[in-house]
Amino acid sequence: MTGTTSTPAGPERTTLVAALNAALRAALAEDPRTLLMGEDIGRLGGVFRVTDGLQKDFGEGRVMDTPLAESGIVGTAIGLALSGYRPVVEIQFDGFVFPAYDQIVTQLAKMHARSRGKVRLPVVIRIPYGGGIGAVEHHSESPEALFAHVAGLRVMSPATPSDAYWMLREAIRSDDPVVFLEPKRRYYEKGEVDRRPAARPGPPRARVVREGTDLTLVAYGPMVATCLNAAAVAAEEGHELEVIDLRSISPIDFDAVDRSVRRTGRLVVAHEAPVFFGAGAEIAARITERCFYHLEAPVLRVGGFHTPYPPSRLEDEYLPGLDRVLDAVDRALAA
Amino acid sequence: MTGDGVRLLAPDGTRVPHPEHSIDLSPEELRSLYRDMALARRFDAEGVTLQRQGELGLWPSLLGQEAAQVGSVRALRDDDHAFPSYREHAVALGRGMDPLALLRLFRGVDHGDWDPAEHRFHLYTLVIGSQTLHATGYALGLAKDGSESAVVAYFGDGATAQGDVSEAFNFAAVYGAPVVFFCQNNQWAISESNERQTRVPLHQRARGFGFPGVRVDGNDVLACLAVTRWALERARRGEGPTLIEAFTYRMGAHTTSDDPSRYRDAAEVESWRAKDPLLRLERLLRAEGASDDAFFAATEAAGEELAARVREGVRSMAAPGVHELFDHVYAEPHALVDEERAAFDVYRAAFVQEG
Ligand SMILES: Cc1ncc(C[n+]2csc(CCOP(=O)(O)OP(=O)(O)O)c2C)c(N)n1
Ligand SMILES: [Mg+2]
Repeated sequence: MTGTTSTPAGPERTTLVAALNAALRAALAEDPRTLLMGEDIGRLGGVFRVTDGLQKDFGEGRVMDTPLAESGIVGTAIGLALSGYRPVVEIQFDGFVFPAYDQIVTQLAKMHARSRGKVRLPVVIRIPYGGGIGAVEHHSESPEALFAHVAGLRVMSPATPSDAYWMLREAIRSDDPVVFLEPKRRYYEKGEVDRRPAARPGPPRARVVREGTDLTLVAYGPMVATCLNAAAVAAEEGHELEVIDLRSISPIDFDAVDRSVRRTGRLVVAHEAPVFFGAGAEIAARITERCFYHLEAPVLRVGGFHTPYPPSRLEDEYLPGLDRVLDAVDRALAA
Repeated sequence: MTGDGVRLLAPDGTRVPHPEHSIDLSPEELRSLYRDMALARRFDAEGVTLQRQGELGLWPSLLGQEAAQVGSVRALRDDDHAFPSYREHAVALGRGMDPLALLRLFRGVDHGDWDPAEHRFHLYTLVIGSQTLHATGYALGLAKDGSESAVVAYFGDGATAQGDVSEAFNFAAVYGAPVVFFCQNNQWAISESNERQTRVPLHQRARGFGFPGVRVDGNDVLACLAVTRWALERARRGEGPTLIEAFTYRMGAHTTSDDPSRYRDAAEVESWRAKDPLLRLERLLRAEGASDDAFFAATEAAGEELAARVREGVRSMAAPGVHELFDHVYAEPHALVDEERAAFDVYRAAFVQEG
């Protein structure tokens, strides 16, 4: 039996997990060369149920439970891509991608350049990432900078169910390898998703999710909701923050950030990942280069510390929550 | 050798003779093996309960694997070393670990911060297979020192698919490291059965690397003890590594987060219940007159006592201090960590003032 996807009559409210599931289902139905690979993605439907029901509908040949070996998963996905398939692989948790890091960095990222464009590797690596779920070690990390630093990889992270659906579709459609980071603590949050083809937004660009005049707050993935909360609180105190969801971490839509900062004169970047050598550092540097004379305060970053992700009873101290974001906002506004 | 592997004690509690691996234990030693398994089972059940009550974030149950763990760890000398994965609670107890140290990890108070040197019980390792290389390296170090201690590396059936584990096998073989690879084949790696991980019986892997591999009935504590002891003696004599595949079964969920009804039949679980490791030793003890009702009642009481102590210990466990975040990142001072710690203190102080 092959799966089918019905085109809905209009927007639906679904969880982020259900949106990802719908995107995978649609990709499997549309292109027989799309394959899913990963640990426990078949019968179980993945530990977060993102692939729930897909093996039943598309068969074991297209939704493949793999041996427990991440280097093997990514390495064979590269081979499958070379033979014309479009593998979408699931890494069970952020902290378990590292056995595959060699294949990702030395092979997946470089083959297109090395072959001078003759080889294309349309491989998507889905990784549930980030903290805040009370998990044990290696289940809460934010490794985006480790991928964004590698030329040849695209890196993106959705913040909403709608973006989860459309960005995953774009990632699968892309002829470049994509590291697709899923904000696992937002997995079961709901939002409106319009899956009708006419609603397709195209490749992910940064989006202004709240308009404001006093300061630009940039985030992606799980921190977008936190930043929106911060903006709501700041508004009560009379400060209008503009919140930008980057969506894509490589490339970064600097034009969108630039446009905003030219109006607000102040920028704070928030992410869960450690601040040191993080995405915020790159954004701060670029924006300072681009609009130095429009800045009225130093660009501030708020994020994780230069420490391993802590035991869960300390994660509220480690993660940049509402208060830490507001603290950075206050400091930027005071400067 | 396939099937259930080396077996000295049948599920019905009768002894089975074996040409190579036999063991002669006193009634007291048999009772103490039973007692260790029973205490481990009770401790494990308390872990599940505490997770259900919200006291722990997660608990990986060892239910069904008591014989594999208690039998193998009993074979270690005091100066030997164990490198566990994350389900080796009975091995931990067997090494004399404080059970609360394990619970601190699963409560999220720390990442498992015990001193590996204290009980020669190394840190729990969540990244599948990694510790097999550490165990091999540790064994190499022991051999270089001229020590007669040996090492046991614990890992699962799923782990055998991981590249690190094959590399550990090869390093150990190439250098003749005094390490015993103890694979608990509990038939499942979360939702994936053996056939997703291997197309040969796991113990046969060793042959390709140039060292012996033995399957043992993992629910037979006598066989697990005898075969591990034999493998450790080989290691001590400089004969290199051995792979032991303890054929057993994960009776519970993968962890408290898992729902096995999605991927395996209740009938399969039932078929393994008949091979229960405690029940068969109880049968032997009763048949040979080594234990009476009073012994089993006392063992049960000791289990309840352990559970109560653990429960109380978890409930009164101190939360970690915030500086724990920064305190042990490096062995030597690191300017960035110092700066971030100072900034964090300023931030918190301001926060406390504001209320
Ligand atoms: C490198 C890595 N990948 C994935 C995981 C997620 N994971 C945790 S346990 C497990 C299955 C392990 O199976 P097995 O080795 O048989 O040990 P068991 O849990 O049965 O004791 C998986 C896939 C992990 N911990 N580490
Ligand atoms: Mg297993």
